[in-house]
Amino acid sequence: MLAFIIRRVGQSLFVLLIVGLVAFSMFRFVGDPIDNMLGQERTAEDIDRLRTQLGLDQPFVVQYYKFLEGAVQGNFGISYRQGRPVIDILLERAPATLELAAVSGFFAIVFGVALGVVTAIRRKGVLTNTIMSVSLVGVSLPTFLVGVLLIYLFSVELGWLPSFGRGDTVSLGAWTSGFFTESGLKALILPSITLGLYQMTLIMRLVRSEMLEVLRQDYIRFARARGLRDRAVNFQHALKNTLVPVVTVIGLQLGSIIAFAIITETVFQWPGAGLLFINAIQFVDIPVMAAYLMMISVMFVGINLLVDILYFFIDPRLRIERSGGH
Amino acid sequence: MDDSVLSIRGLSVEIPTRHGIVRPVDGVSYDISAGEILGVVGESGAGKSMAGNAVIGLLTPPAHIAKGEIWLNGRRIDQSKGDAMRRLRGKEIGMVFQDPLTSLNPLLTIGDQLTGTILTHLPLSGAEARNRAVAALEEVGIPGAAERIDSYPHEFSGGMRQRVVIALALCCEPSLVIADEPTTALDVSVQAQIIALLKRLCRDRGTAVMLITHDMGVIAEATDRVAVMYAGRLVELGIVQDVLTAPEHPYTHGLMASTPLASLGKNRLHQIPGAMPRLDAVPEGCAFHPRCPYATDKCRKSPVPVVTDGRVACWHPLVHEKVV
Amino acid sequence: MAEAPLPVKPESRWRQTAQSDLFYAFKQSPVAMVSAAVVLGLVLAAVFAPLIAPTNPFDPATLNLMNGFTPPMEPNAFTAQTFMLGTDDQGRDVFSTILYGMRTSLFVGVAAVLFAMVLGVTLGLIAGYTGGWLETTIMRTADVQLTFPSILVAMLIFGVAKGVTPLEYRDQMAIWVLILAIGLSDWVQFARVVRGATLVEKNKEYVQAARLIGRNPGAIMWRHILPNVMSPVLVIATISLALAIIAEATLSFLGVGAPPTQPSLGTLIRIGQGFLFSGEWWILLFPAVTLLVLALSVNLLGDWLREALNPRLR
Repeated sequence: MLAFIIRRVGQSLFVLLIVGLVAFSMFRFVGDPIDNMLGQERTAEDIDRLRTQLGLDQPFVVQYYKFLEGAVQGNFGISYRQGRPVIDILLERAPATLELAAVSGFFAIVFGVALGVVTAIRRKGVLTNTIMSVSLVGVSLPTFLVGVLLIYLFSVELGWLPSFGRGDTVSLGAWTSGFFTESGLKALILPSITLGLYQMTLIMRLVRSEMLEVLRQDYIRFARARGLRDRAVNFQHALKNTLVPVVTVIGLQLGSIIAFAIITETVFQWPGAGLLFINAIQFVDIPVMAAYLMMISVMFVGINLLVDILYFFIDPRLRIERSGGH
Repeated sequence: MDDSVLSIRGLSVEIPTRHGIVRPVDGVSYDISAGEILGVVGESGAGKSMAGNAVIGLLTPPAHIAKGEIWLNGRRIDQSKGDAMRRLRGKEIGMVFQDPLTSLNPLLTIGDQLTGTILTHLPLSGAEARNRAVAALEEVGIPGAAERIDSYPHEFSGGMRQRVVIALALCCEPSLVIADEPTTALDVSVQAQIIALLKRLCRDRGTAVMLITHDMGVIAEATDRVAVMYAGRLVELGIVQDVLTAPEHPYTHGLMASTPLASLGKNRLHQIPGAMPRLDAVPEGCAFHPRCPYATDKCRKSPVPVVTDGRVACWHPLVHEKVV
Repeated sequence: MAEAPLPVKPESRWRQTAQSDLFYAFKQSPVAMVSAAVVLGLVLAAVFAPLIAPTNPFDPATLNLMNGFTPPMEPNAFTAQTFMLGTDDQGRDVFSTILYGMRTSLFVGVAAVLFAMVLGVTLGLIAGYTGGWLETTIMRTADVQLTFPSILVAMLIFGVAKGVTPLEYRDQMAIWVLILAIGLSDWVQFARVVRGATLVEKNKEYVQAARLIGRNPGAIMWRHILPNVMSPVLVIATISLALAIIAEATLSFLGVGAPPTQPSLGTLIRIGQGFLFSGEWWILLFPAVTLLVLALSVNLLGDWLREALNPRLR
């Protein structure tokens, strides 16, 4: 098992290096950093000085190494647009995205699994058909459209919920939270539904199809033949077997929530890292783009790795097989 | 009736399909007494498993019981539904499935699966249930039961798993066990062990057994009486020695002659010409007549009287010379 | 002596299609037929936009700023002109902008999928047929790219491409950059499927025969293997198209896609959102509903197609 972990970690590092190369290349070759940082009135000396300061006269590999070194320490340079260290800006905006992602993820998992189980146990019927139809809509519609329509309905027409921003937030050290104020909580509702809806429908359909498959198995039939109650068959036997393959997919999905937050944050002008990234693209603020890319990659690769290892512990069959077997 | 554990009377199971109504079980009647092992034999698709499913109430819709009665220990059960039927399963009727590799939940320990079943039917405490589970495992011959009770199914071989399955079927002391092809998926060497185990357990407890199989060797080895099924119908029913050595129905006779042992010394394996009809295309009259060397007009036109207390469903049963 | 059988005239492609199982399943499903009709209707409307639209909203000469903010079906206070779906802030007829917007959306979607398909199929063929380090490189790149959601990849490509384009060309190039971005984010699934199928075909006799004769690898891949791996590709392409249209709408909405000078439905929605609270709801709602209908129909059709072609469910 150790060999497996080492191999996976190695693969992850490889991927990160490649992404780092891409990020660095962006940094180095897109636009001229000197151009971006110095104003119109610059002398030849200024240019030379900055060039040496930024290390732009060094060979490619050295610069790449320096970039990685900086990245590991969290130093991504200065934002072209705001003139502040990128890492500071990112850390400022991170809590907003993370809180949004957490609430959306929670909503998606809880409702997704519950509805998936319900529609699998009751295969036919009005409730199931309604849920399945709504889920189809949820999967087909682009996230931003859902957000925009929700705003139209609940903010413009009904005026119940805010349509932009985080509301009032409370500072807890380096973290700012919207959980503790009424306006903060209200502001969370529409964005988290928007962000979580797609994931929820995916999870729901996955759980349903897995569970239907499991319910067809011989051991379920045998359980019924032994007179086990429906509740026991569905929850002690079927549910466990359903969730094992599903948990990996859920894990991977949750990673993408952070990426999809970009869209939701734009719709609701939510001051998170995603909105920061979009603005960076529009202004061609390369350092921010590169930094966001690196952070996202670390997150994705990390989640993939974690999920792989987790799977190991959940499925007892894998444990035995990997370690040699009886 | 009387003191049989299981009594099936004129049972018919129907499945409505696009091509019409299919009857995998057509007017079947037999009894099984306590401590008796009844073999139900026939080719694949003959309907033998369906009868078992009907008894335990696990017919998958749209299959349903269309006619007939099922009596268990003097109570009629074919009309029972829902929770009433569920309580019978495991407690009064146990079932053993064919494939031990898929019958057990791979993510639960065998201990959990056993205690779960025991606690569903018997008012015991957790500890008592666990003791009972260990005892059940010991009875079916799992070595080191007290330690292995917390193992997962994949840690056992196929034969061991089938033993576990038998333990699960018997742990609540049912009066009837339906064993649906219990040895078909096992190695030949293990088959004999499992059959012997089943025999012993059921004799000791006086359990009635419906042993469904297509293997004549198993029939010869394990059963007291045997029911031969063809195209959903019961064609012969009798004491196993009689049926095997002096079969009265031409089909049974053909089956006996087809076993490799019977063809020793001859150049070719005997075969019954033709094939069993599909259940949606059963011939008029006697279902076997297209393949029967003795068929007459009567066989082709008139449906054969059903076997109830008699032995065989045939217009012209074979007669054997008594060997003194 | 038996007569030689008369040559049978092969049935025309139309006949074959009409009699195929797929078409039969199509006729059975009201959902499939309705969504196909809707998609077809919208596509035709987009293609014939110049003929159907009452105005060309992107020709500055025809615009009159005074027409701006006219509600649907009401005559304008200044010019007394009526517009079926109202006008936006620039005085453009919303109905026309929707038609032209759909044009852009569909154009980008189709072009992006074609690009992804050509790139993916080529790389897949090469990877499958050549093997060795080339295959490893291609497939590893694919794996790395797959760790990330494709929309993120598209955004990044767009951002980088924008960065390398000189300012004055950015709006003009936006559409092509968008096609490039979406296409590049999508090639992987084509490559994977084609590589898998190529590996299977590679060992078949007709390929061995061609090699023995001495045909060069390019010809073998193109004329022999390609036709045999196309059928799963077409299935993926249809589903990809649905995803591409949605991706394009999203990117345009975010401002990293079709520019306001050549907007797609996504861009229109973005513009419309800005006017929600000042009361000009029609600028948002009509493009939004159009996109909703388009996305839903395309997805329903794609869903149906996937189920109908799934051998496991037959």
